[in-house]
Amino acid sequence: MSAALQAGAFDVERIRQDFPILTRTVHGKKLVFLDSAASAQKPRAVIDAMAHCMEAQYANVHRGLHFMSERTSEAYEAVRDKVAGLINAASRDEIVFTRNGTESINLVAHSFGRALLKAGDAVVVSEMEHHANLVPWQMLRDAHGVELRIVKITDSGEVDFASLEAQFADGKVKLLAITHMSNVLGSYTPAERLCAFAHARGAKILLDGAQAIVHRRVDVQVIGADFYVFSGHKLYGPTGIGVLYARREILEDMPPFLGGGDMINSVSYTHSSWARPPHRFEAGTPAIIETIGLGAAIDYVEAIGFDAIAAHERALTEHALNMLADVPGLSVLGRAQDRGGVISFVMQDIHAHDIATLLDRQGIAVRAGHHCAEPLMGRLGVSSTARASFGVYTTRAEIDALKSGLLRVQQVFR
Amino acid sequence: MSEEMTQLYQELIMARARSPHFAGRPAAFEHHAQGENPVCGDQVEVFVGNAQVRHESRGCAILLASADLMAEAVAGKTAAEVSELHAAFEQMVETGQTNPALGDLNALAGLWEYRSRIRCATLPWAALAQALGA
Repeated sequence: MSAALQAGAFDVERIRQDFPILTRTVHGKKLVFLDSAASAQKPRAVIDAMAHCMEAQYANVHRGLHFMSERTSEAYEAVRDKVAGLINAASRDEIVFTRNGTESINLVAHSFGRALLKAGDAVVVSEMEHHANLVPWQMLRDAHGVELRIVKITDSGEVDFASLEAQFADGKVKLLAITHMSNVLGSYTPAERLCAFAHARGAKILLDGAQAIVHRRVDVQVIGADFYVFSGHKLYGPTGIGVLYARREILEDMPPFLGGGDMINSVSYTHSSWARPPHRFEAGTPAIIETIGLGAAIDYVEAIGFDAIAAHERALTEHALNMLADVPGLSVLGRAQDRGGVISFVMQDIHAHDIATLLDRQGIAVRAGHHCAEPLMGRLGVSSTARASFGVYTTRAEIDALKSGLLRVQQVFR
Repeated sequence: MSEEMTQLYQELIMARARSPHFAGRPAAFEHHAQGENPVCGDQVEVFVGNAQVRHESRGCAILLASADLMAEAVAGKTAAEVSELHAAFEQMVETGQTNPALGDLNALAGLWEYRSRIRCATLPWAALAQALGA
């Protein structure tokens, strides 16, 4: 039983005991891991679930008529129920397993985009998208003749609804594809309002939940999302497993993305017919072990509880913003009202890469660069930023260490 | 200040990053080329003319210092000599082994321990090689 599951109240020190990697040292210093937004560390429960699968209960799924295959298929399909529960999907058949959030968006762009959008229709994304929610739509535009439009953000890092109105004005927009939480600015977008906005104008909406799913409870039915995507590895699960949620009637109308085994109903030399969703979209042997790892990760975060996680991260973010405000010459990018534990910053006369390298020498891991959001960097007038991001295991002491670390970086550059 | 932190960011590197000696686009030049690091968007443009090299760089301290020390090191050299120096420089930052032929460029030897940053220092050299048609 993991430590976190035993405690009623949120106890970060007990949670840290669940993550073996956090005892590691880096360059002889205690690891201060502030890069969870890129990929989170894994709790023992996830590591054990995956090892158990390989050691005790493994075979290919949906195929064998033998014990191991049947048990593994059950374990694999049980995770579909867990994911449906996590985001409150109306049906388990609305959950498609993919490789990661990027693949989920590519699946929608390729299948929904080519079959259900036509030349002349428009897709809208925002200025603060990860490349994963921009490049697939550019590819769709170039291959299929849909128009790609960009909705502006305000200087505080929030969706500019006046710009959104303008983009929708001619009635051509059929899909709004937008982040639920910026991986650079930490801003949440008002998902419910955006869904209502798109639906009132006859458009569907895809929310990129890669960041948001980690930090707060997501209910796709309350939000009203048509598509919701995320990856397992940011949610304390393994790499190689992602999720596409789509409303059942939309999935029913979508053709397959990849062809092969597992996604068919029947196959002859001349013709094949497709399985029903979700299997229609899961060609080939899936990431069985990783999916089971994702199931363990969902159990883990559900046991802690999203209310507790959100409260912990809200307190940390507030503390971090206060601490960083004390560092001379440091500017935090974005001042959204509704924001989570992802903070990008720049420092006067010190490049983000130099910041990251000098922090790393102190054992502090932050990300530096354009964060796969190059156009947003241009919009913000910077070429790169440093980013600190938090998880369930992040402590106030680590944020204090970040502040001291940054002051030391400044000494090198003085 | 810990020694580890200042090992790479030593005085010569910081001085050249702050106040480069060979920065700026010359009025006239024979060759030029641009280099960009796709990971961070850092850019360097090198200009060759009058047996000297100048650079316009936007990036981290390592890139800025490397471009400036490169411009100093290659002044008056032939294309073949520049190419030799380039190879020696790459070997030095990859291995951490200093080389007397590299002079002040040896200040960047500490980079070998920072694998993800080696590209910052080699980018100006790649741009220069491109400008010289190598």
